[in-house]
Amino acid sequence: MTFIILNRLFQAVLVLLFVALISFLIFRFVGNPVENLMGQEATLAQRAALEEALGLNDPIHIQYFDFLWKAVRFDFGNSYRGALPVAELIASRLPATLELALTSALFAVIFGVFMGIYTAINRGSVITNFILSSSLIGVSLPTFLIGILLIWLFSVELNWLPSFGRGEVVDLGWWKTGFLSESGLKSLVLPAITLGLYQMTLIMRLTRSEMLEVLRQDYIRLARALGLTNKAVYFFHALPNILIPVITIGGLQLGSVIAFAIITETVFQWPGVGLLFINAVYFVDIPVMSAYLLLVGFAFVLINLIVDLSYFFIDPRLRDSELKDEA
Amino acid sequence: MERFFRSDFFYHFRHAPVAIVSFVTIILIILAAIFANFIAPTNPFDPASLNLMNGFTPPLEANEFTGERFLLGTDDQGRDLFSTILYGLRISLFVGLMAVLLAMVMGVLLGLIAGFLGGWIDSVIMRFADIQMTFPSILVAMLIYGVARGILPPEVRYEMSIVVLIISIGLSEWVPFARTVRGSTLVEKEKEYVTAAKMIGLTRQQIMLRHILPNVLSPVLVIATITFALAIIAEATLSFLGVGVPSTKPSLGTLIRIGQDFLFSGEWWILLFPAVTLLALALSINLFGDWLRDILNPKLK
Repeated sequence: MTFIILNRLFQAVLVLLFVALISFLIFRFVGNPVENLMGQEATLAQRAALEEALGLNDPIHIQYFDFLWKAVRFDFGNSYRGALPVAELIASRLPATLELALTSALFAVIFGVFMGIYTAINRGSVITNFILSSSLIGVSLPTFLIGILLIWLFSVELNWLPSFGRGEVVDLGWWKTGFLSESGLKSLVLPAITLGLYQMTLIMRLTRSEMLEVLRQDYIRLARALGLTNKAVYFFHALPNILIPVITIGGLQLGSVIAFAIITETVFQWPGVGLLFINAVYFVDIPVMSAYLLLVGFAFVLINLIVDLSYFFIDPRLRDSELKDEA
Repeated sequence: MERFFRSDFFYHFRHAPVAIVSFVTIILIILAAIFANFIAPTNPFDPASLNLMNGFTPPLEANEFTGERFLLGTDDQGRDLFSTILYGLRISLFVGLMAVLLAMVMGVLLGLIAGFLGGWIDSVIMRFADIQMTFPSILVAMLIYGVARGILPPEVRYEMSIVVLIISIGLSEWVPFARTVRGSTLVEKEKEYVTAAKMIGLTRQQIMLRHILPNVLSPVLVIATITFALAIIAEATLSFLGVGVPSTKPSLGTLIRIGQDFLFSGEWWILLFPAVTLLALALSINLFGDWLRDILNPKLK
């Protein structure tokens, strides 16, 4: 058990170091720090002095360790545009992205699981067939089209919900939240649905197929034979057994929620990290791109690690079998 | 040809309405794109043919200044939307096709090498694939795009953007090819015909390319179909985000981005028609790919 945890941790650190290496290579070799910091008029001597000061003449592995050490202290240098520290830029925009990602993940899990169970229990009903066939179209719709479609319907035609921005935010000192104002909550609805729809479809299909599988098992038939109500059978006997795959996929999907937030944030002009990144790509703002890669890499590795480790805590069978393998 | 019409494959195809409809849609769209210069009433890339007075003409209605009519209306610059979609399809399909080819060649070769040679080469390639797989491919494509823009000198960035786009999408989609081919190669290399080929003294290169490669290709076709849909959507997404093809040569994604700007002022057709075209294309390729997978390899279902 301890061995497995340590092994996974070790692998996670290796992956992270690799992501940091790519991030470092982009930072060091794609942009030209001297060019960007000094401008055209600098003399050769000034350039040489700056190169020395930035440590650009050190051996490459020293520079890599230097980069790592700075990254650990959230020092990613200054953005090429506006010359603000990258860490500050990201910190100011992180709350927006996290609130959006969290809301859409909750939306995806709650509706996905509920609709998955519903369509599994009521096989062949009209509503089930409608949900299943519309989910097929939903999967083929690119994220940005879903967003535009929602804007068209709910902002342009019906004029119910705002089409861009975060609305009014409440400043909690270190965190600006949109959860506490009416306009903030209203602004959250469309982006959260856009971002969560694909994941919801995925979770729904998974829940449905797992549920159908479980309902075929003997212990369900036994529970019915005992005269338990439908509700008891579905929620106390079937549901716990489908949780593992749902948690796995749900957790791993959280990573893609962060990535697809870039698209959603662009459609809704949501002032988050994704919008910052896409602007960095557009203007070739290398320090921001490199820091974003590191941040997302860290988030992904962390999510994968937690999902991996959570199996052992959720499923006692897995824990035991791994123990036997080691012995 | 006679053999093809009597094959199991064709029998299944004839009895699957979804497959027939999606296949016909794909073929029609591809033909329309190839023969765009014969079908389209105007050439939207030729500035001389444009008349700004024609801007924002609704579909089928006569323009209030010039009296001209357009099947699907015009965009803000007076480009005939029908023609622009046809020419845009060319770009979308071209980028998608080239990206899939790049991903396929790279993935198949790396998978073949990893599976056949094994050892540390296998470990390095597959570790790298694992790490790349943890990141969604659209994110990888964006990163490669950004890096490529950083490497290229500013004066060629504009004209190179389609090439950069193809490379970014291609490099972001090679992993599924490599994984599948590596898996089948591991099975194939233990078979007798490979041992026989080794016995008669063929080189490793000859065995890999002439003997193993033809036997691991059938699942590659299925992955290529599905990746084609992904690549088209990726191109549309990147162009929509404004980091894809330049807006003088609009692809479907660029047209949708332009259309979104005019949604609030009521010019819905600029958005709707490119969006429906993109959806029809992506949906039919997906449906056809699903069908192909079920027929060629029922185990994958």
